[in-house]
Amino acid sequence: MSSQAMTAQTTTDTNTAGFVSSRRWLLWSGIAALCAWVLVPIYLVALGALGGRQGVYQWPKTGLPTGISIDPFLLFLRTEGVVQSFLNSLGAAGITVALSIILGAPAGYALARYNFHGKDSYRLLVLLTRAFPLAILALPLTVSFIRLGLYDTIVGVGLIHTVLALPFAALVTQGIFLGVPKELEEAAWVFGCTRVQAFFKVVVPLALPGIVATAVFAFVISWNEVFAASVLTVRNRTLTAYLLTVLSESPMHYRFAGGLMLILPSVVFIFAVRRYLFAIWGISSK
Amino acid sequence: MTNNRSWIPYLLILPSVAFLGLLFVVPLVQTIWLAMSDNGMPSLANAERMVNDINFARSVRNTFLLTIVVVPVQLCIALVMGTLVAKVGRGRETILWIWTIPLGISDLAAGLVWLSILQNTGYFNSALFGLGIIERQASWLSYQTPVALFLAIAIAEIWRGTAIVMVIIVAGLNQVPKEFREAAEIFGAGPWTRFWRITLPLIRPALQSALILRTVLAFEVFAVVYALGGRNFPVLVGEAYYWQNQNQNYGVAAAYAVLIMIISLAATLVYLKAIKVDPERLP
Repeated sequence: MSSQAMTAQTTTDTNTAGFVSSRRWLLWSGIAALCAWVLVPIYLVALGALGGRQGVYQWPKTGLPTGISIDPFLLFLRTEGVVQSFLNSLGAAGITVALSIILGAPAGYALARYNFHGKDSYRLLVLLTRAFPLAILALPLTVSFIRLGLYDTIVGVGLIHTVLALPFAALVTQGIFLGVPKELEEAAWVFGCTRVQAFFKVVVPLALPGIVATAVFAFVISWNEVFAASVLTVRNRTLTAYLLTVLSESPMHYRFAGGLMLILPSVVFIFAVRRYLFAIWGISSK
Repeated sequence: MTNNRSWIPYLLILPSVAFLGLLFVVPLVQTIWLAMSDNGMPSLANAERMVNDINFARSVRNTFLLTIVVVPVQLCIALVMGTLVAKVGRGRETILWIWTIPLGISDLAAGLVWLSILQNTGYFNSALFGLGIIERQASWLSYQTPVALFLAIAIAEIWRGTAIVMVIIVAGLNQVPKEFREAAEIFGAGPWTRFWRITLPLIRPALQSALILRTVLAFEVFAVVYALGGRNFPVLVGEAYYWQNQNQNYGVAAAYAVLIMIISLAATLVYLKAIKVDPERLP
């Protein structure tokens, strides 16, 4: 219901207006409650991460930001292995982003622009990956990765994370290329561009924001993956794998600091692509 | 397009097919072989060892219970979110952004977040103490409180996993033409009738893919459980992890993996059958 229609109603009938505004109130309190449900736990773990050892054992807690400072978090960062695993996570995610776009975007373009034999089988292969718990496939890969020298390397983790991100990237880029009018590309051919030139001069600039959003998602998929990363590494652990292995020996405030460190980059990235979230999932859930 | 260039699409999909073949199909076959063989001979020894393990029955039960509780709740919350946000004009973007934040949060981080709330000196106990409900710090995450531990894990999973369902549902709702609802309203359908008879049938494709995605992920639950309860609450993927890393027994780990795959595939097939999507009737 638009706001103009509501003001019109208020002037004509106060009873309906009262009813409408109470429904309005209900709507906004529901929304506020659901926002709090998402945000308050993040706020609380941040308090835990910045409260240090004293903060953990403070009893009863008030939930107010008293006695917090950045020092406990910096101390956590200086713990042996934290920064290295952070860099490893970045590296694995970078490999995942690069591979899933380089391999996925051409497939997406083929699906969007061409009709060819086997198109349906290819789509089936991509959709089939969704029915499988993909991270589990890291189990047999341990053996082959040891043989190939990929075990306990960031490249190995990036490869298995690409299996998770690639089907998604192919489907989403297909939707993005479908959104670029074919006529523009054909016009470029008429004006003497080769297919490759037309692709890079006309299609890429128009599709770029969507491709960047896809890349961000590939990053988040890799950044958050725990199981495969833990199975495939021993010394070169990613941040998730590192936290998982040291979890039982770590003091509480270190665990919370680790949690916060995992959350912050993802939140920033989701914020950066918020405009594309729904378009992307609209496409990929077809 | 032109016939003389018919090789182009194959060239474009070839790299991804090769990649998925090497790192999806081959490991899939390897997993099945590892699980079904013993010293290079076909055998059910691994499956037997898995079934006879002390944690097997509990991990199957726990994983199924979690999925059965978590997935429907997530779907309901996502539908409520979609319905609420459809009534909002200004501020819609911000609200949706806040609700999608957990999409970027890993299950490990979600477990750690709820650990900060539910640990003995945590905020939950503090709140209960403040309200006079408890007198001493209560423990919720130990093996002596299995129900509370189960609820804690379920809440953490619901907190984290609802965002993905919500995004798919809202994307589906955006595609429902306004005219359908308006027509129903003119013919005198109330909000409930409109929701059940118009909206829900029209977002079937979104419902289907959200349910498939979430259910497969729910059977994969692991890190959130580990962060909150350690090994006090065995789940299938957790057992696969311990057999692989602690016991170094790749065969039994692979048997768990095959079991998880069979369950996931079965769930997918059930959804595909139960929620029929008729392409002709889509808007």
